Amino acid sequence: MEHYRISSDYFRANYIGGAIVIAIFHVLIAFMIIGSAIAIETKNMLSAVIAVGAVGFGVSLLFLFLGAPDIAITQVIVEILSLIILIRATTFADNRAIERKIDSFATITGLFFLGFFVMAAVWAFRDITPFGEPLMTVSQRYLSGASAETGAVNVVASVILDYRAYDTLGEAMVLFTSVLGAFVILRRRGKKAVEENDTEEFGIITGRGE
Amino acid sequence: MLSYSSLYILDMALMGMGIYALIAKRHIIKKIIGIVTMEYAINLFLILVGYRMGGIAPIQDAQVSAVDLAARAVDPLPQALVLTSIVIGLGTLALMASQAIKLYEKYKTFDMSEINRLRG
Amino acid sequence: MDVKELSQDKSLGMTIIVKTISRLVMSFVILFGCYITVYGHITPGGGFAGGVIVAIAYVLLLLAFGKQIALSKLSNFWASMWDNIGALAFVIIGFLGLTGGYFFLNFINHGTPGQLISGGIIPLCNISIAIKVGAALYAIFIGLSVYGRLVTEEEK
Repeated sequence: MEHYRISSDYFRANYIGGAIVIAIFHVLIAFMIIGSAIAIETKNMLSAVIAVGAVGFGVSLLFLFLGAPDIAITQVIVEILSLIILIRATTFADNRAIERKIDSFATITGLFFLGFFVMAAVWAFRDITPFGEPLMTVSQRYLSGASAETGAVNVVASVILDYRAYDTLGEAMVLFTSVLGAFVILRRRGKKAVEENDTEEFGIITGRGE
Repeated sequence: MLSYSSLYILDMALMGMGIYALIAKRHIIKKIIGIVTMEYAINLFLILVGYRMGGIAPIQDAQVSAVDLAARAVDPLPQALVLTSIVIGLGTLALMASQAIKLYEKYKTFDMSEINRLRG
Repeated sequence: MDVKELSQDKSLGMTIIVKTISRLVMSFVILFGCYITVYGHITPGGGFAGGVIVAIAYVLLLLAFGKQIALSKLSNFWASMWDNIGALAFVIIGFLGLTGGYFFLNFINHGTPGQLISGGIIPLCNISIAIKVGAALYAIFIGLSVYGRLVTEEEK
């Protein structure tokens, strides 16, 4: 199977357009880094959660520019639901992130691992394929054979539901298990009023409330 | 080509910030925010690897035939993996948030060092 | 059925502006989710995005009107039932492919690419995944917002 690689003439012919696109990518990733720095460091928890939402929408915009509209739609919707879940977990309780003592060992360890990770990434990425020239050995067959072999026009849908449907089954199982786990953790314990009904259906787990 | 691979390095810096938040912060919700940031960084890295300069989205319509797609489209395989990963990230976040709620109800604090110290 | 009385009760749910707007908007959101699901093999989208959109519509109902009305529209039992039905449908479609050869074989006629009825099992899989994901996320949100809070209110 031959590799389809973009020739350097194609690069040079579209250099100005390519440079603008790369500049947009850098601006968006810089916005994401600043947003996540705010989310990690701020003391007010509501601001932190809103900053996480901003980072998520920035990721979705970047997915759209990178030619993945499927992923962009899914990321926006999942971001909205994550924001609702995070706000439920934080702002009904203590709204401030109080750190009374400065724990210098944890901070120094965290910064050391951050620097170590970035250094390891710089060293490992010398051998990766350059940005903009993917290898695409298997994807050639998926792209040229999708509408003929499966009848679906959206190649990503035919990949996740025909060529690799078993992975989608695994993902449905993971979602099922996480819902099960959330219900087990949130099961109510404690004293109840006497006049309340004793048998209570919790949906996935049918059990008696204790 | 050095300016083009700086996108990878910036993305790994985002993941490094997620690791820092997971290790160095004591508030549980900050740790959860660190894990969510790491998920964003990894999904973005997978899509960045599959990008083709001047590429189009892998959807075939009236103007683009199948042979055209094979020559011009971006890689569809990382997109399939990332689609699964985003929804699994949502399920993981729901599980972590429910654990944080239960810990707050039992110990009345979000501070992990206090929770480590209390017994029973 | 005292849903109408409950929906005008000022102490449950949010203000009357939020209730009016969400009453108008919720059916359009569900329609949009069904559109993204059913056309998932032609335009971007698919079962996951459509399922989460339908879940968001029901979460909007829960947030705007309070838990009594939301649980009367889609109770805990039925959310779990739809979750199971979606997962079972997906697995049964996979097993039906065994009649032709292997697991998850695309055994329905492919049709012409670009039409709505095309792609074999792909639209059916999209619909079952959307039902499963929507019901599961709504069930998680009921667990987080209804059952997570009752202990702290009872302790006071």
